[in-house]
Amino acid sequence: MIEAINISKSFGNLKVLDNISVKFDQGKTNLVIGQSGSGKTVFLKCLVGLFDPDEGSVMYDDIVFNKLPFKAKKKIRQKVGMMFQGGALFDSATVLENIMYPLDMFTQLSLQEKKERARFCLDRVDIKDAGHLFPAEISGGMQKRVALARAIALNPDYLFCDEPNSGLDPKTAILIDALIKEITEEFNMTTIVNTHDMNSVMEIGDKVVFIYQGRKSWEGSNKDILDSSNEDLNQFVFANNLAKQLKKMSSNT
Amino acid sequence: MNILIQIGKYFILLSKVFAKPEKQSVYYKQIVKEVHSLGLNSIGIVVIISAFMGAVITLQTAYNMENPMLPLYLIGLGCRDSMILEFSSTMIALILAGKVGSSIASELGTMRVTEQIDALEIMGVNSASYLILPKIIAAVFFNPILTIISIIVGVFGGWIAVLATGVVSSEYFIIGIQYAFIPFYVTYAMVKTVFFAFIITSVSSFHGYFVKGGSIEVGRASTKAVVYSSIVILLFNVILTQLLLS
Ligand SMILES: Nc1ncnc2c1ncn2[C@@H]1O[C@H](COP(=O)(O)OP(=O)(O)OP(=O)(O)O)[C@@H](O)[C@H]1O
Ligand SMILES: [Mg+2]
Repeated sequence: MIEAINISKSFGNLKVLDNISVKFDQGKTNLVIGQSGSGKTVFLKCLVGLFDPDEGSVMYDDIVFNKLPFKAKKKIRQKVGMMFQGGALFDSATVLENIMYPLDMFTQLSLQEKKERARFCLDRVDIKDAGHLFPAEISGGMQKRVALARAIALNPDYLFCDEPNSGLDPKTAILIDALIKEITEEFNMTTIVNTHDMNSVMEIGDKVVFIYQGRKSWEGSNKDILDSSNEDLNQFVFANNLAKQLKKMSSNT
Repeated sequence: MNILIQIGKYFILLSKVFAKPEKQSVYYKQIVKEVHSLGLNSIGIVVIISAFMGAVITLQTAYNMENPMLPLYLIGLGCRDSMILEFSSTMIALILAGKVGSSIASELGTMRVTEQIDALEIMGVNSASYLILPKIIAAVFFNPILTIISIIVGVFGGWIAVLATGVVSSEYFIIGIQYAFIPFYVTYAMVKTVFFAFIITSVSSFHGYFVKGGSIEVGRASTKAVVYSSIVILLFNVILTQLLLS
Protein backbone atom coordinates (compact mmCIF):
# COMPACT_ATOMS: atom_id res chain seq x y z
CA MET A 1 0.00 0.00 0.00
CA ILE A 2 1.20 3.49 -0.81
CA GLU A 3 -0.49 6.56 0.50
CA ALA A 4 -0.01 10.24 -0.27
CA ILE A 5 -1.19 12.53 2.48
CA ASN A 6 -1.75 16.22 1.70
CA ILE A 7 1.09 16.47 -0.78
CA SER A 8 1.95 19.87 -2.20
CA LYS A 9 4.85 20.78 -4.44
CA SER A 10 5.85 24.05 -6.08
CA PHE A 11 8.66 25.07 -8.39
CA GLY A 12 9.30 28.71 -7.63
CA ASN A 13 5.94 30.42 -8.04
CA LEU A 14 4.39 27.55 -9.95
CA LYS A 15 2.24 25.37 -7.73
CA VAL A 16 2.33 21.98 -9.48
CA LEU A 17 0.70 19.79 -6.83
CA ASP A 18 -1.92 21.15 -4.49
CA ASN A 19 -2.79 19.17 -1.42
CA ILE A 20 -3.21 15.72 -2.95
CA SER A 21 -4.29 12.83 -0.73
CA VAL A 22 -4.85 9.39 -2.14
CA LYS A 23 -4.39 5.77 -1.18
CA PHE A 24 -3.10 3.10 -3.58
CA ASP A 25 -3.86 -0.50 -2.67
CA GLN A 26 -1.67 -3.54 -2.95
CA GLY A 27 -2.39 -6.03 -5.71
CA LYS A 28 -4.21 -3.41 -7.77
CA THR A 29 -3.20 -1.42 -10.80
CA ASN A 30 -3.73 2.17 -9.77
CA LEU A 31 -3.82 4.73 -12.55
CA VAL A 32 -3.10 8.42 -12.31
CA ILE A 33 -4.61 10.25 -15.25
CA GLY A 34 -4.62 13.85 -16.33
CA GLN A 35 -3.77 16.17 -19.17
CA SER A 36 -0.23 16.78 -20.28
CA GLY A 37 1.33 19.16 -17.78
CA SER A 38 -1.16 18.43 -15.03
CA GLY A 39 1.57 17.21 -12.68
CA LYS A 40 1.46 13.42 -13.02
CA THR A 41 5.20 12.98 -13.38
CA VAL A 42 5.93 15.37 -10.53
CA PHE A 43 3.46 13.46 -8.37
CA LEU A 44 5.08 10.12 -9.16
CA LYS A 45 8.53 11.56 -8.45
CA CYS A 46 7.28 12.82 -5.10
CA LEU A 47 6.03 9.33 -4.30
CA VAL A 48 9.40 7.72 -5.07
CA GLY A 49 11.37 10.51 -3.41
CA LEU A 50 13.09 12.04 -6.43
CA PHE A 51 11.33 15.25 -5.45
CA ASP A 52 10.77 16.24 -1.84
CA PRO A 53 7.19 17.39 -1.40
CA ASP A 54 6.99 20.85 0.17
CA GLU A 55 4.26 19.61 2.46
CA GLY A 56 2.63 16.31 3.27
CA SER A 57 3.89 12.79 3.64
CA VAL A 58 4.30 9.66 1.57
CA MET A 59 3.58 6.35 3.29
CA TYR A 60 4.94 2.99 2.15
CA ASP A 61 2.76 0.61 4.11
CA ASP A 62 3.21 1.97 7.64
CA ILE A 63 6.51 3.79 7.03
CA VAL A 64 6.70 7.53 6.46
CA PHE A 65 8.95 7.28 3.43
CA ASN A 66 9.75 10.92 2.69
CA LYS A 67 11.07 11.54 6.21
CA LEU A 68 13.49 8.61 6.19
CA PRO A 69 17.25 9.18 6.17
CA PHE A 70 19.16 8.35 2.99
CA LYS A 71 20.24 4.87 4.06
CA ALA A 72 16.79 3.70 5.09
CA LYS A 73 15.36 5.02 1.84
CA LYS A 74 17.94 3.01 -0.08
CA LYS A 75 16.77 -0.16 1.64
CA ILE A 76 13.16 0.39 0.61
CA ARG A 77 14.13 1.38 -2.88
CA GLN A 78 15.58 -2.03 -3.54
CA LYS A 79 11.96 -3.14 -3.54
CA VAL A 80 10.92 -0.39 -5.95
CA GLY A 81 10.80 -0.69 -9.72
CA MET A 82 10.34 2.45 -11.74
CA MET A 83 9.89 3.02 -15.40
CA PHE A 84 10.64 6.60 -16.40
CA GLN A 85 8.69 8.53 -18.98
CA GLY A 86 11.86 8.94 -21.04
CA GLY A 87 13.13 5.42 -20.42
CA ALA A 88 16.30 6.49 -18.58
CA LEU A 89 18.20 3.49 -19.89
CA PHE A 90 21.94 3.38 -19.24
CA ASP A 91 23.22 4.38 -22.64
CA SER A 92 26.67 2.88 -22.25
CA ALA A 93 25.25 -0.60 -21.62
CA THR A 94 23.39 -2.98 -23.91
CA VAL A 95 19.72 -3.76 -23.49
CA LEU A 96 20.50 -7.03 -21.75
CA GLU A 97 23.04 -5.38 -19.44
CA ASN A 98 20.46 -2.73 -18.59
CA ILE A 99 18.03 -5.36 -17.41
CA MET A 100 20.75 -7.32 -15.63
CA TYR A 101 21.94 -4.25 -13.78
CA PRO A 102 19.60 -4.48 -10.77
CA LEU A 103 20.32 -8.21 -10.62
CA ASP A 104 24.08 -7.51 -10.62
CA MET A 105 23.66 -5.02 -7.86
CA PHE A 106 21.30 -6.77 -5.49
CA THR A 107 21.36 -10.51 -6.07
CA GLN A 108 23.89 -13.29 -5.74
CA LEU A 109 22.77 -15.04 -8.91
CA SER A 110 25.34 -16.49 -11.28
CA LEU A 111 25.94 -14.77 -14.59
CA GLN A 112 24.01 -17.48 -16.37
CA GLU A 113 21.00 -17.12 -14.07
CA LYS A 114 21.05 -13.36 -14.44
CA LYS A 115 21.11 -13.64 -18.20
CA GLU A 116 18.24 -16.07 -18.13
CA ARG A 117 16.18 -13.82 -15.93
CA ALA A 118 16.95 -10.79 -18.13
CA ARG A 119 15.98 -12.71 -21.27
CA PHE A 120 12.78 -13.83 -19.60
CA CYS A 121 11.88 -10.21 -18.82
CA LEU A 122 12.73 -9.15 -22.37
CA ASP A 123 10.50 -11.88 -23.65
CA ARG A 124 7.61 -10.66 -21.54
CA VAL A 125 7.80 -7.21 -23.12
CA ASP A 126 7.98 -8.93 -26.50
CA ILE A 127 11.45 -7.92 -27.69
CA LYS A 128 13.47 -11.09 -27.30
CA ASP A 129 15.95 -10.28 -30.01
CA ALA A 130 17.19 -6.86 -28.98
CA GLY A 131 19.39 -7.93 -26.07
CA HIS A 132 22.70 -7.18 -27.73
CA LEU A 133 21.74 -3.71 -28.99
CA PHE A 134 22.47 -0.40 -27.31
CA PRO A 135 19.60 1.91 -26.29
CA ALA A 136 20.54 4.34 -29.06
CA GLU A 137 20.05 1.55 -31.60
CA ILE A 138 16.44 0.70 -30.74
CA SER A 139 13.20 2.60 -31.31
CA GLY A 140 11.52 4.79 -28.71
CA GLY A 141 8.78 2.27 -28.09
CA MET A 142 11.35 -0.47 -27.62
CA GLN A 143 13.24 1.69 -25.16
CA LYS A 144 10.07 2.01 -23.13
CA ARG A 145 9.61 -1.71 -23.07
CA VAL A 146 13.22 -2.29 -22.04
CA ALA A 147 12.66 0.23 -19.25
CA LEU A 148 9.67 -1.78 -18.09
CA ALA A 149 11.64 -5.02 -18.29
CA ARG A 150 14.35 -3.45 -16.13
CA ALA A 151 11.76 -2.19 -13.65
CA ILE A 152 10.31 -5.66 -13.14
CA ALA A 153 13.60 -7.58 -13.19
CA LEU A 154 13.65 -7.94 -9.41
CA ASN A 155 9.91 -8.51 -8.95
CA PRO A 156 9.52 -5.30 -6.98
CA ASP A 157 6.96 -4.79 -4.24
CA TYR A 158 6.18 -1.33 -5.58
CA LEU A 159 6.01 -0.64 -9.29
CA PHE A 160 5.82 2.85 -10.78
CA CYS A 161 5.29 3.39 -14.49
CA ASP A 162 5.29 6.80 -16.09
CA GLU A 163 3.27 6.52 -19.29
CA PRO A 164 4.30 2.97 -20.14
CA ASN A 165 2.51 2.90 -23.46
CA SER A 166 2.75 6.37 -24.90
CA GLY A 167 4.46 6.06 -28.25
CA LEU A 168 3.46 2.43 -28.70
CA ASP A 169 1.15 1.02 -31.35
CA PRO A 170 -2.27 -0.04 -30.02
CA LYS A 171 -1.47 -3.74 -30.08
CA THR A 172 1.80 -3.44 -28.16
CA ALA A 173 0.16 -0.96 -25.81
CA ILE A 174 -2.47 -3.55 -24.90
CA LEU A 175 0.24 -6.14 -24.38
CA ILE A 176 2.13 -3.86 -22.01
CA ASP A 177 -1.03 -2.98 -20.10
CA ALA A 178 -1.89 -6.63 -19.75
CA LEU A 179 1.61 -7.42 -18.56
CA ILE A 180 1.50 -4.72 -15.90
CA LYS A 181 -1.84 -5.96 -14.62
CA GLU A 182 -0.77 -9.57 -14.69
CA ILE A 183 2.44 -9.16 -12.69
CA THR A 184 0.71 -6.82 -10.29
CA GLU A 185 -1.79 -9.51 -9.42
CA GLU A 186 0.65 -12.39 -9.61
CA PHE A 187 3.17 -10.85 -7.21
CA ASN A 188 0.70 -8.76 -5.24
CA MET A 189 2.53 -5.54 -6.04
CA THR A 190 1.42 -2.01 -5.38
CA THR A 191 1.42 -0.57 -8.86
CA ILE A 192 0.96 3.05 -9.85
CA VAL A 193 0.77 3.97 -13.51
CA ASN A 194 0.65 7.45 -15.04
CA THR A 195 -1.24 7.57 -18.28
CA HIS A 196 -3.47 9.65 -20.49
CA ASP A 197 -4.54 6.68 -22.54
CA MET A 198 -8.26 6.02 -22.08
CA ASN A 199 -7.84 2.54 -23.41
CA SER A 200 -5.52 1.68 -20.50
CA VAL A 201 -8.01 3.22 -18.11
CA MET A 202 -10.77 0.95 -19.35
CA GLU A 203 -8.56 -2.13 -19.56
CA ILE A 204 -6.59 -2.11 -16.33
CA GLY A 205 -7.77 0.78 -14.14
CA ASP A 206 -8.71 -0.96 -10.89
CA LYS A 207 -8.48 2.44 -9.35
CA VAL A 208 -8.26 5.72 -11.23
CA VAL A 209 -7.19 9.07 -9.86
CA PHE A 210 -7.79 12.12 -12.02
CA ILE A 211 -5.47 15.06 -11.49
CA TYR A 212 -6.62 18.40 -12.82
CA GLN A 213 -4.40 21.47 -12.54
CA GLY A 214 -2.42 19.95 -9.72
CA ARG A 215 -5.42 18.92 -7.65
CA LYS A 216 -7.07 15.56 -7.22
CA SER A 217 -10.32 16.14 -9.01
CA TRP A 218 -11.84 12.67 -9.00
CA GLU A 219 -11.13 9.12 -7.92
CA GLY A 220 -12.92 5.87 -8.49
CA SER A 221 -12.78 2.73 -10.57
CA ASN A 222 -12.84 2.48 -14.34
CA LYS A 223 -16.42 1.27 -14.12
CA ASP A 224 -17.60 4.55 -12.64
CA ILE A 225 -15.59 6.81 -14.87
CA LEU A 226 -17.99 7.01 -17.80
CA ASP A 227 -20.92 7.93 -15.60
CA SER A 228 -19.14 10.54 -13.56
CA SER A 229 -20.70 13.98 -13.34
CA ASN A 230 -17.31 15.64 -12.92
CA GLU A 231 -17.11 18.29 -15.68
CA ASP A 232 -13.32 18.34 -16.01
CA LEU A 233 -13.11 14.58 -16.01
CA ASN A 234 -15.77 14.31 -18.69
CA GLN A 235 -13.91 16.77 -20.86
CA PHE A 236 -10.79 14.67 -20.46
CA VAL A 237 -12.47 11.32 -21.02
CA PHE A 238 -14.67 12.38 -23.90
CA ALA A 239 -12.12 14.55 -25.61
CA ASN A 240 -12.34 12.83 -28.96
CA ASN A 241 -15.34 12.53 -31.22
CA LEU A 242 -15.59 8.77 -31.11
CA ALA A 243 -15.87 8.81 -27.35
CA LYS A 244 -18.39 11.66 -27.50
CA GLN A 245 -20.60 9.72 -29.88
CA LEU A 246 -20.37 6.58 -27.81
CA LYS A 247 -21.45 8.62 -24.80
CA LYS A 248 -24.40 10.05 -26.77
CA MET A 249 -25.43 6.62 -27.94
CA SER A 250 -25.31 5.14 -24.48
CA SER A 251 -27.33 7.99 -22.98
CA ASN A 252 -29.97 7.60 -25.70
CA THR A 253 -30.59 3.96 -25.00
CA MET B 1 28.63 33.44 -0.26
CA ASN B 2 27.66 31.30 -3.21
CA ILE B 3 31.15 29.86 -3.35
CA LEU B 4 30.85 28.73 0.28
CA ILE B 5 27.57 26.96 -0.53
CA GLN B 6 29.24 25.26 -3.47
CA ILE B 7 32.16 24.11 -1.33
CA GLY B 8 29.70 22.79 1.24
CA LYS B 9 27.81 20.90 -1.45
CA TYR B 10 31.10 19.52 -2.73
CA PHE B 11 32.00 18.06 0.65
CA ILE B 12 28.50 16.66 1.18
CA LEU B 13 28.85 14.93 -2.18
CA LEU B 14 32.25 13.56 -1.14
CA SER B 15 30.73 12.10 2.02
CA LYS B 16 28.21 10.27 -0.17
CA VAL B 17 30.97 9.13 -2.51
CA PHE B 18 32.96 7.55 0.30
CA ALA B 19 30.04 5.69 1.84
CA LYS B 20 30.40 1.91 2.00
CA PRO B 21 29.91 0.36 -1.47
CA GLU B 22 26.85 -1.80 -2.09
CA LYS B 23 28.65 -4.59 -3.82
CA GLN B 24 32.39 -4.63 -4.15
CA SER B 25 32.65 -6.87 -7.19
CA VAL B 26 30.62 -4.38 -9.23
CA TYR B 27 32.96 -1.61 -8.11
CA TYR B 28 36.06 -3.51 -9.20
CA LYS B 29 34.59 -3.82 -12.64
CA GLN B 30 33.91 -0.10 -12.73
CA ILE B 31 37.44 0.71 -11.58
CA VAL B 32 38.94 -1.39 -14.36
CA LYS B 33 36.72 0.42 -16.85
CA GLU B 34 37.77 3.81 -15.52
CA VAL B 35 41.48 2.93 -15.52
CA HIS B 36 40.99 2.22 -19.16
CA SER B 37 39.03 5.33 -20.07
CA LEU B 38 40.78 7.84 -17.79
CA GLY B 39 44.27 6.35 -17.59
CA LEU B 40 45.28 4.20 -20.52
CA ASN B 41 43.55 6.50 -22.98
CA SER B 42 45.65 9.41 -21.70
CA ILE B 43 49.04 7.79 -22.26
CA GLY B 44 49.24 8.99 -25.86
CA ILE B 45 48.76 12.65 -25.14
CA VAL B 46 51.09 12.48 -22.11
CA VAL B 47 53.84 10.90 -24.19
CA ILE B 48 53.59 13.38 -27.05
CA ILE B 49 53.52 16.47 -24.85
CA SER B 50 56.26 15.25 -22.54
CA ALA B 51 58.63 14.40 -25.39
CA PHE B 52 58.30 17.84 -26.93
CA MET B 53 58.50 19.62 -23.60
CA GLY B 54 61.65 17.73 -22.64
CA ALA B 55 63.21 18.72 -25.95
CA VAL B 56 62.27 22.38 -25.62
CA ILE B 57 63.44 22.65 -22.01
CA THR B 58 66.79 21.16 -23.01
CA LEU B 59 67.26 23.52 -25.94
CA GLN B 60 66.21 26.56 -23.93
CA THR B 61 68.57 25.70 -21.10
CA ALA B 62 71.41 25.19 -23.59
CA TYR B 63 70.84 28.44 -25.47
CA ASN B 64 70.50 30.46 -22.28
CA MET B 65 73.83 29.25 -20.86
CA GLU B 66 76.09 31.85 -22.45
CA ASN B 67 78.51 31.95 -19.55
CA PRO B 68 81.31 29.45 -20.38
CA MET B 69 82.05 29.05 -16.67
CA LEU B 70 78.81 27.07 -16.17
CA PRO B 71 79.37 23.32 -16.45
CA LEU B 72 77.70 21.68 -19.45
CA TYR B 73 76.08 18.93 -17.42
CA LEU B 74 73.66 21.56 -16.13
CA ILE B 75 71.67 21.10 -19.33
CA GLY B 76 70.76 17.49 -18.56
CA LEU B 77 70.21 18.30 -14.94
CA GLY B 78 67.93 21.20 -15.83
CA CYS B 79 65.85 19.04 -18.12
CA ARG B 80 65.50 16.28 -15.53
CA ASP B 81 64.58 18.52 -12.62
CA SER B 82 62.16 20.67 -14.58
CA MET B 83 60.33 17.57 -15.68
CA ILE B 84 60.18 16.07 -12.20
CA LEU B 85 59.45 19.18 -10.21
CA GLU B 86 56.91 20.94 -12.30
CA PHE B 87 56.20 19.67 -15.75
CA SER B 88 55.31 16.02 -15.28
CA SER B 89 53.25 16.67 -12.20
CA THR B 90 51.60 20.08 -12.55
CA MET B 91 51.54 20.69 -16.29
CA ILE B 92 50.38 17.18 -17.06
CA ALA B 93 47.70 17.55 -14.37
CA LEU B 94 46.46 20.73 -16.04
CA ILE B 95 46.34 18.99 -19.39
CA LEU B 96 44.49 16.02 -17.88
CA ALA B 97 42.08 18.43 -16.22
CA GLY B 98 41.19 19.51 -19.73
CA LYS B 99 40.95 16.07 -21.20
CA VAL B 100 39.65 13.90 -18.36
CA GLY B 101 37.80 16.62 -16.45
CA SER B 102 35.61 17.65 -19.35
CA SER B 103 34.80 14.07 -20.24
CA ILE B 104 33.83 13.21 -16.66
CA ALA B 105 31.61 16.27 -16.33
CA SER B 106 29.83 15.69 -19.62
CA GLU B 107 29.36 11.99 -18.94
CA LEU B 108 27.80 12.59 -15.53
CA GLY B 109 25.90 15.64 -16.75
CA THR B 110 24.32 13.69 -19.56
CA MET B 111 23.41 10.90 -17.17
CA ARG B 112 21.79 13.47 -14.92
CA VAL B 113 19.67 15.19 -17.56
CA THR B 114 18.55 11.90 -19.13
CA GLU B 115 17.46 10.68 -15.67
CA GLN B 116 19.96 7.81 -15.62
CA ILE B 117 21.20 9.00 -12.23
CA ASP B 118 17.62 9.12 -10.96
CA ALA B 119 17.14 5.58 -12.25
CA LEU B 120 20.16 4.45 -10.20
CA GLU B 121 18.85 6.19 -7.10
CA ILE B 122 15.42 4.59 -7.49
CA MET B 123 16.99 1.16 -7.62
CA GLY B 124 18.56 1.88 -4.26
CA VAL B 125 22.06 2.39 -5.60
CA ASN B 126 24.19 5.14 -4.09
CA SER B 127 24.71 6.82 -7.45
CA ALA B 128 27.37 9.24 -6.24
CA SER B 129 29.51 6.44 -4.91
CA TYR B 130 28.86 4.09 -7.80
CA LEU B 131 29.68 6.63 -10.47
CA ILE B 132 32.36 8.79 -8.85
CA LEU B 133 34.38 6.59 -6.50
CA PRO B 134 35.76 4.33 -9.27
CA LYS B 135 36.91 7.42 -11.19
CA ILE B 136 38.71 8.83 -8.16
CA ILE B 137 40.36 5.52 -7.32
CA ALA B 138 41.39 4.88 -10.92
CA ALA B 139 42.96 8.31 -11.28
CA VAL B 140 44.65 8.35 -7.89
CA PHE B 141 46.35 5.04 -8.65
CA PHE B 142 47.00 5.47 -12.32
CA ASN B 143 48.08 9.12 -12.63
CA PRO B 144 51.38 8.47 -10.78
CA ILE B 145 52.16 6.01 -13.55
CA LEU B 146 51.41 8.70 -16.09
CA THR B 147 53.74 11.06 -14.23
CA ILE B 148 56.57 8.54 -14.27
CA ILE B 149 56.02 7.91 -17.96
CA SER B 150 56.08 11.66 -18.52
CA ILE B 151 59.39 12.11 -16.65
CA ILE B 152 61.08 9.31 -18.55
CA VAL B 153 59.76 10.36 -21.93
CA GLY B 154 60.60 14.03 -21.24
CA VAL B 155 64.22 13.28 -20.43
CA PHE B 156 64.37 11.02 -23.44
CA GLY B 157 62.96 13.85 -25.58
CA GLY B 158 65.67 16.12 -24.27
CA TRP B 159 68.32 13.59 -25.20
CA ILE B 160 66.90 13.27 -28.74
CA ALA B 161 67.05 17.06 -29.04
CA VAL B 162 70.68 16.97 -27.93
CA LEU B 163 71.51 14.33 -30.52
CA ALA B 164 69.67 16.17 -33.26
CA THR B 165 71.07 19.64 -32.64
CA GLY B 166 74.42 18.99 -30.97
CA VAL B 167 73.94 21.84 -28.45
CA VAL B 168 75.96 19.71 -26.06
CA SER B 169 77.55 16.34 -26.38
CA SER B 170 75.48 13.30 -25.55
CA GLU B 171 77.89 12.25 -22.74
CA TYR B 172 77.52 15.58 -20.94
CA PHE B 173 73.77 15.35 -21.16
CA ILE B 174 73.80 11.85 -19.74
CA ILE B 175 76.14 12.85 -16.95
CA GLY B 176 73.79 15.75 -16.29
CA ILE B 177 70.69 13.64 -15.90
CA GLN B 178 72.50 11.50 -13.32
CA TYR B 179 74.17 14.36 -11.45
CA ALA B 180 73.02 15.38 -7.96
CA PHE B 181 69.81 13.42 -8.16
CA ILE B 182 67.53 14.13 -5.21
CA PRO B 183 65.11 11.21 -4.74
CA PHE B 184 62.82 13.35 -2.62
CA TYR B 185 61.92 15.35 -5.73
CA VAL B 186 60.22 12.26 -7.09
CA THR B 187 58.30 11.81 -3.86
CA TYR B 188 57.27 15.44 -4.10
CA ALA B 189 56.09 14.92 -7.68
CA MET B 190 54.12 11.81 -6.68
CA VAL B 191 52.42 13.52 -3.76
CA LYS B 192 51.39 16.37 -6.04
CA THR B 193 50.15 13.95 -8.69
CA VAL B 194 47.95 12.08 -6.22
CA PHE B 195 46.43 15.32 -4.94
CA PHE B 196 45.87 16.60 -8.45
CA ALA B 197 44.29 13.33 -9.57
CA PHE B 198 41.84 13.59 -6.70
CA ILE B 199 41.10 17.22 -7.54
CA ILE B 200 40.52 16.59 -11.24
CA THR B 201 38.14 13.67 -10.75
CA SER B 202 36.23 14.96 -7.74
CA VAL B 203 35.82 18.58 -8.88
CA SER B 204 34.78 17.53 -12.38
CA SER B 205 32.38 14.92 -11.03
CA PHE B 206 30.87 17.56 -8.77
CA HIS B 207 30.16 19.83 -11.73
CA GLY B 208 28.69 17.03 -13.81
CA TYR B 209 26.66 15.37 -11.09
CA PHE B 210 24.57 18.42 -10.23
CA VAL B 211 23.72 19.60 -13.75
CA LYS B 212 20.17 20.86 -14.15
CA GLY B 213 18.61 21.40 -17.54
CA GLY B 214 19.77 20.15 -20.92
CA SER B 215 22.62 19.96 -23.38
CA ILE B 216 23.68 23.59 -22.97
CA GLU B 217 24.03 23.14 -19.22
CA VAL B 218 26.02 19.95 -19.75
CA GLY B 219 28.42 21.88 -21.97
CA ARG B 220 28.67 24.65 -19.44
CA ALA B 221 29.35 22.17 -16.65
CA SER B 222 32.18 20.60 -18.57
CA THR B 223 33.79 24.01 -19.13
CA LYS B 224 33.40 24.82 -15.45
CA ALA B 225 34.88 21.47 -14.51
CA VAL B 226 38.06 22.28 -16.43
CA VAL B 227 38.33 25.85 -15.15
CA TYR B 228 37.72 25.01 -11.51
CA SER B 229 39.91 21.93 -11.39
CA SER B 230 42.72 23.93 -12.99
CA ILE B 231 42.40 26.74 -10.47
CA VAL B 232 42.31 24.34 -7.53
CA ILE B 233 45.33 22.49 -8.94
CA LEU B 234 47.32 25.71 -9.19
CA LEU B 235 46.33 26.67 -5.67
CA PHE B 236 47.36 23.30 -4.26
CA ASN B 237 50.57 23.41 -6.27
CA VAL B 238 51.63 26.44 -4.25
CA ILE B 239 50.46 25.00 -0.95
CA LEU B 240 52.09 21.60 -1.44
CA THR B 241 55.33 23.13 -2.69
CA GLN B 242 55.57 25.33 0.37
CA LEU B 243 54.79 22.38 2.67
CA LEU B 244 57.10 19.86 1.04
CA LEU B 245 60.09 21.80 -0.21
CA SER B 246 60.53 24.55 2.41
N1 LIG C 1 12.02 20.12 -12.45
C1 LIG C 1 11.06 21.01 -12.69
N2 LIG C 1 11.28 22.32 -12.48
C2 LIG C 1 10.30 23.23 -12.71
N3 LIG C 1 9.09 22.94 -13.14
C3 LIG C 1 8.79 21.66 -13.38
C4 LIG C 1 9.76 20.63 -13.17
N4 LIG C 1 9.20 19.45 -13.49
C5 LIG C 1 7.95 19.73 -13.88
N5 LIG C 1 7.69 21.04 -13.81
C6 LIG C 1 6.40 21.68 -14.13
O1 LIG C 1 5.38 20.96 -13.49
C7 LIG C 1 4.22 20.89 -14.29
C8 LIG C 1 3.76 19.44 -14.37
O2 LIG C 1 4.71 18.68 -15.08
P1 LIG C 1 4.63 17.11 -15.21
O3 LIG C 1 5.88 16.68 -15.89
O4 LIG C 1 4.33 16.53 -13.89
O5 LIG C 1 3.39 16.93 -16.18
P2 LIG C 1 2.74 15.56 -16.64
O6 LIG C 1 1.36 15.52 -16.07
O7 LIG C 1 3.63 14.43 -16.33
O8 LIG C 1 2.65 15.80 -18.21
P3 LIG C 1 2.89 14.74 -19.39
O9 LIG C 1 1.62 13.96 -19.52
O10 LIG C 1 3.11 15.61 -20.58
O11 LIG C 1 4.05 13.93 -19.04
C9 LIG C 1 4.59 21.49 -15.64
O12 LIG C 1 4.00 22.75 -15.71
C10 LIG C 1 6.08 21.61 -15.60
O13 LIG C 1 6.46 22.77 -16.26
MG1 LIG D 1 4.75 13.13 -17.38
